[in-house]
Amino acid sequence: MKIVVNGIDHEVDVDPEMPLLWVLRDVLGITGPKFGCGIAYCGACTVHIYAQPVRSCSLQVQDVDGPVTTIEGLGSPDGLHPVQEAWQEHQVAQCGYCQAGQIMTAAAFLAEVPDPTDEDVDAAMGNNLCRCGTYPRIRDAVKTAAQKMKEA
Amino acid sequence: MSIGTIARRTFLIGSAATAGGVAFGVWRYRTPYDNPLEDQLAEGEVTLTPYIKIDTDGVTVITPRIELGQGTMTTLAALVAEEMDLDLAQVRADHGPPSAAYYNGVVSAEGMPVAATDTGFMARTARGAGDVVGKFMGLHITGGSTSIPDAFDKMRQAGAAARLVMIRAAAEREGVIAGSLWTELGHVVGPNDLTIAYEDLAADAALLDIPRDVELKSRSNWRYLGQSQPRLDMVPKITGTAPFGIDIRLPDMLYATVRSNPAQGAGALNYDATDAQEMKGVVKIVPLKTGAGVLADTTWTAFRAADLIEFDWAPSPYPETSEDMAAALADSFTDEARDSRFRDDGDVENGSAEATEIEAEYKVPFLAHAPLEPMNATAWLRDGKLDIWAGTQVPTYVVDVAKDLTGLPDDAITLHTTLAGGSFGRRLEFDFIAQTIELALEADGRPVKMTWTREEDFAHDYPRPMGMARMKGRIAADGQIESLDGAFAYPSVVASQVSRLGLTVPGPDVAIVAGGWDQPFSIPNYRMTGHRAPEVAPVSSWRSVGASGNGFFHDCFLDELIHAAGLDPMEERIRLCWHDPSRKVLEAVAEMSNWGSPLPEGSGRGVGFCLSFGVPCAEVVEVTQTERGLKLDRAFAAADVGTALDPRNLDAQLSGGMIFGLGHAMNCQLTYTAGGAPDQINFPDYPAMRFDQCPKVETRILENGDTIKGIGEPGVPPAAPALANAIFAATGQRLREMPFDKFVDFA
Repeated sequence: MKIVVNGIDHEVDVDPEMPLLWVLRDVLGITGPKFGCGIAYCGACTVHIYAQPVRSCSLQVQDVDGPVTTIEGLGSPDGLHPVQEAWQEHQVAQCGYCQAGQIMTAAAFLAEVPDPTDEDVDAAMGNNLCRCGTYPRIRDAVKTAAQKMKEA
Repeated sequence: MSIGTIARRTFLIGSAATAGGVAFGVWRYRTPYDNPLEDQLAEGEVTLTPYIKIDTDGVTVITPRIELGQGTMTTLAALVAEEMDLDLAQVRADHGPPSAAYYNGVVSAEGMPVAATDTGFMARTARGAGDVVGKFMGLHITGGSTSIPDAFDKMRQAGAAARLVMIRAAAEREGVIAGSLWTELGHVVGPNDLTIAYEDLAADAALLDIPRDVELKSRSNWRYLGQSQPRLDMVPKITGTAPFGIDIRLPDMLYATVRSNPAQGAGALNYDATDAQEMKGVVKIVPLKTGAGVLADTTWTAFRAADLIEFDWAPSPYPETSEDMAAALADSFTDEARDSRFRDDGDVENGSAEATEIEAEYKVPFLAHAPLEPMNATAWLRDGKLDIWAGTQVPTYVVDVAKDLTGLPDDAITLHTTLAGGSFGRRLEFDFIAQTIELALEADGRPVKMTWTREEDFAHDYPRPMGMARMKGRIAADGQIESLDGAFAYPSVVASQVSRLGLTVPGPDVAIVAGGWDQPFSIPNYRMTGHRAPEVAPVSSWRSVGASGNGFFHDCFLDELIHAAGLDPMEERIRLCWHDPSRKVLEAVAEMSNWGSPLPEGSGRGVGFCLSFGVPCAEVVEVTQTERGLKLDRAFAAADVGTALDPRNLDAQLSGGMIFGLGHAMNCQLTYTAGGAPDQINFPDYPAMRFDQCPKVETRILENGDTIKGIGEPGVPPAAPALANAIFAATGQRLREMPFDKFVDFA
């Protein structure tokens, strides 16, 4: 089976029903997307297919119909995406385990809604769980990221 | 099991062992532990003190308290960087090996019945004894909001001593007097443009004696401390490059999971793994004490195979339902079950004539820690050596467990403490690591990464115990609060935790009354009694431990008394408070929230206060009734940590603690309806704070206390009472039981 992740073609020999998350993590060694709940609830596993955020823990790899972008493909320590820059500026992460999913959700959202209201942000980010309580800083960082993406 | 192991395990957190520890520990207290880095140096590496390792690329600071999200890695590194004159941004931080050299000298003081506000001789002596005990026992442990107070002097001294030997090494090499040299950002510098990098001096410096008595910088000369620093783990965590335990990858690694009896404390009588064994990708099914494990080619295969195993579970030895457990607590308000009475001022039994009596019963439920990273570990047993990768708060215990399971000696066992995706106390337990080692024993020399499903994680959380309080008070005829009498009943967290080590701790469990007995209010007749309920479930320390329930019991009932007296909740708390730093955090939240200013119809404001872990913390919550339910508009928190090392990180922990406290108070409980397994199996059943429910948050850190304190936990206890008191102000409905969504709807 062919799968494109972060611009690289991979040929994977796996059960077609295997969720994308486990293909990424255990087969391809791409560990930025995290396992949190396994039922598409917490958002820690969020990746993009095309520009859409999807819960990779609950999407079978055979149903992946486009190129996959993970947190590793969004930006890198030497070349942060504007959303990651905003996260760095606001020092958002505590334990950090949910943040790849938060950032992927925010990046997809801001690409669609470049000038969000507070209510838009709460609605868009509302299904990503953070156990440490970083929500106030995520709100601030999403606003900062929106500004950065407009200026970019 | 070695004598050292037993001694360390016997102590753990209890208070009663303290006195003995002082007597036989003095000789050893004077002697420093060996530097554990000495045995592990690679070619070209040198070490100066247990906290500093240097190679040609620069300096690694050992930050021996695990980074669970609390930011401790960065602040601990800053302590060394400050005194050693390092460029903090260039410092590499590492958790280091398990070692008694990294003993925690503060954590044992938390278990003593000494109020944080008590500065008398006995209290100071007891706290000093805590350091002796911690050192004697070699307690290498993260917990109790102690990382910063424990390290504040030790790690600065290490940095200052290392700086001095760098200067001496440079002076010898250059043939100049040390007094002519100074240091700047990782270099020794001197006259005539002399500049030598520490890396180039390290080998010489390592041959010199490390001075024991060093002078520390005055606060006015701090470069990093007192200022917000970018976290060293921030960029890795926002780019998916931070290696959590669950991200470990090793050559030829097997992926695994385990399935244990969902009923607490019981094992499997039998199981049939025929179907699981036949699944493509399954390597082996391994029997475990509590169930079975699956070794497979991916985690997903292991999860599915575990679902196919048919178990015949043994019955749980604990009560089957929440009702039975609650009944056991209710039956514990007896003289026989009395565990402590650390406060007994005046006479609560005989009130004045014409006083108004108030009584109320309060309850809190079991709560799961449920960090977002499910419990996992990796173990690799080959060639008579064992390597373990795990996020643990108790690394030396883990080595003891590994020795017991494998029969290997200490020096054949290497524990790599990884970053952890949260804990909230869960990683004080090491059941998941023991299971992984058991699997590694059956893996024929291949590494094994074991990951729990979320459902396994909820079923085996070792939750915060259910608790109950019976509160009584009287308002005198003159409108003053005349008495406050609280009785608290819980299973003992300490007893439950040490029982899993096969041990018991004598004496009272301070956690049963913490956050209740030790509050700084002047009430003439004031009594706080702890009752020890039976262990109705295996329980453990949950962020802020006893204060997570008692803060709610004590402060909400105080609010009831103040309302009954017709007084203002904020003004009266301030008036009753005799402890200066505590009063000032109340005054701070009053100012921040503009307490007393009018709110719209249907809105209300509540204050909550709790002094826990030595930190007074006050919070104000504002709620509004909406068509969709109660909405939390704003929340304010002020806390006093004595000395604030990193303001932005303190804000993160204080606001995070408050949000953690609010979310669980609103939406969370573990219940048991049959068979001893919790009904809540995944996050939809246990949502905690949702993004769109989270109020706007403002914090303030004060520095009026006389000693430095940690902030990981103290933000939690005042949150629930502040919210309950706000709901009362907005609706007139008094909530005396968590979670509040049993009684009100939240928007």
